[in-house]
Amino acid sequence: MFETLILILDATLRVSTPLILAALAGLFSERSGIVDIGLEGKMLAGAFAAAAAAAVFGSAWIGLLFAIAASVSLALIHGFACITHRGDHIVSGVAINTIVAGLTVTLGLDWFDQGGQTPSLTGDARFTPITFPFADQLADVPVIGLIYSELLSGHNILVYLAFAMVPLTYWIVFKTRFGLRLRAVGENPHAVDTAGISVALVRYRAVIICGILCGLAGAYLSTAHNAGFLKDMSAGKGYMALAALIFGKWRPVPVLCACLLFGFLDALAVRLQGVSLPGIGEVPVQAIEVLPYVLTVLLLAGFIGKAVGPKAIGKPYVKERA
Amino acid sequence: MSQAKVPAWVSVGLIPLLNILLAFLVSGLVFLAIGEDPIEAAGYLVYGAFGYDEGIGYTLYYATNLIFTGLAVSVAFKAGLFNIGGEGQAYIGGLGVGLLCLWFDSSLPLLVIAPLAIIGGALFGAAWAYIPAYLQARRGSHIVITTIMFNFIASSLMVYLMVNWLKAEGVMSPISRTFEESAWLPYMHDIFAPFGFDIGDSPLNLAFVLALLCCVFYWALVWHTRWGYQLRTVGTNPTAAQYAGIDNAKVTIWVMLISGGLAGLVGVNEIMGVNHNLLLNFTAGYGFAGIAVALMGRNHPIGIVLAAMLFGALYQGGAELSFEIPTITPEIVVVIQGLVILFSGALENMFKGKIEGLFLRKAAA
Repeated sequence: MFETLILILDATLRVSTPLILAALAGLFSERSGIVDIGLEGKMLAGAFAAAAAAAVFGSAWIGLLFAIAASVSLALIHGFACITHRGDHIVSGVAINTIVAGLTVTLGLDWFDQGGQTPSLTGDARFTPITFPFADQLADVPVIGLIYSELLSGHNILVYLAFAMVPLTYWIVFKTRFGLRLRAVGENPHAVDTAGISVALVRYRAVIICGILCGLAGAYLSTAHNAGFLKDMSAGKGYMALAALIFGKWRPVPVLCACLLFGFLDALAVRLQGVSLPGIGEVPVQAIEVLPYVLTVLLLAGFIGKAVGPKAIGKPYVKERA
Repeated sequence: MSQAKVPAWVSVGLIPLLNILLAFLVSGLVFLAIGEDPIEAAGYLVYGAFGYDEGIGYTLYYATNLIFTGLAVSVAFKAGLFNIGGEGQAYIGGLGVGLLCLWFDSSLPLLVIAPLAIIGGALFGAAWAYIPAYLQARRGSHIVITTIMFNFIASSLMVYLMVNWLKAEGVMSPISRTFEESAWLPYMHDIFAPFGFDIGDSPLNLAFVLALLCCVFYWALVWHTRWGYQLRTVGTNPTAAQYAGIDNAKVTIWVMLISGGLAGLVGVNEIMGVNHNLLLNFTAGYGFAGIAVALMGRNHPIGIVLAAMLFGALYQGGAELSFEIPTITPEIVVVIQGLVILFSGALENMFKGKIEGLFLRKAAA
């Protein structure tokens, strides 16, 4: 029983990682007032770029750089449309998701000739698990041994990075000058402008950070969690990250909890497939899979707490001119 | 300065056209990037879509779905709402159509089943849109997020129903039994055959006529009823609408019911017209493509029909293209679709200021 629990939690960490990275990406963007439903597209582009570059250069790290570059370019397009040209944030996000869904397969087929996939990655082209010191020796110690060697040790660098990003994000958003400005442009851009700070510049910085984090999430999918790019491999994770962002009320630590909860439900759904629970019978997998979305809808509707987003979110800022 | 006006042909014609040309230009660059000649590819696309009878039939068949979802997105746009849940509403609408066909196909004639299924599809689609609409209108949750969530919920619900309840006996894949022929919407080529016209075998069916009727309905509703006036007022200026005594929340709910109903009619074309059984994933992205159609069609029924034909042609032409040049996938059409959304949607203001300024200055001089 305990071992099963540890295995589920272990899987939770792995499934949550891309959610955490993407949700924090969305946090930076949305805190600055830019709605981002393009998390999905940026993640998918990152996954493709990472796998493609890792396949060509044989290095996961070079893949990671390309993933970030691809994702940031898309973030800049989003910024160009929403910040510079005051376009609709949702429309721009849909455009990015659609373009990426088509372009990754089109380019993949042209470059690798494997039906839109990239070649399978091996060795240095993937991020490999990091084993903590003495993990193997301690594995037999009751309780703590299993937690240390199975749950904490043996993940790849991006998993640890994702968790480290949470306190870092908290510090940046709530304890630095940039963070104050970031939150201010999302709540009241006029006040920021009056203080002599460029609203556009702060928002551009926010979408670039968003791009970097989505790139990391994408690279994790194709070069760490899997060994190569598959068509539509982000499979709605960007939207689920968006749900987690709302569920966590745009705050880093609650967002982390939401991601872990959604990841846990995902891991649980896999475990419960075809298992009959005492007293309840067989729980349909779909019922568990659908929980994150149902919970988010309930939260948004104010039935379980209340999620209030940044005040100026989705509204273009027009500088007043005399 | 305030007296000068930009000529209508500039804002309705020139600027949208420029945006679409730019989208196609960038699409051409994508073709060049994968080492294909865009002109040659465009040739295959046009031939595949319009060059022969079956091709035209397929084009119009795809356009049918896109008209439904385009109108659905557009009517919500008119009231200032973004219905991104067309995909889920179409899915559940198809479920409604399928259930009615499964229940009545051996007991009722087509003349009774067809209207029942159409109403059923629209009602199911509308019901799926009702919850997000209610939550937006009465509880203030954002409709974009809720409709996205409802797309995923619809997808899980369909998998559950198909696998556990509706799957035909003795098959591995999650599809229902095939309907009796009394629940098949007639194909256009079967309708034309007795009159001596041979229009080639294609999935084009009577649902196309239904789609055109929906365009007329949309036009009459939005521009020629009191209710349509309310709808447009809420879309243009919700505060003014409220002061004029319009119940914004009520309008929000009604318009989303209509939007969902229109999206649900995709099920009539797909389930009753073509597949003749209930299956998974028949919506194939039409809900999202509807956004591109609505944007490109400038939220007008004529524009939407034209945009739906263009995208229908791209779908069909894209299939032809990948057949002729195997190194190109039909997914390239999705790229073009995305670029249209980007340039005629998100970046619609890119040239607007400059060009309008040009005309204003000319008018002032």
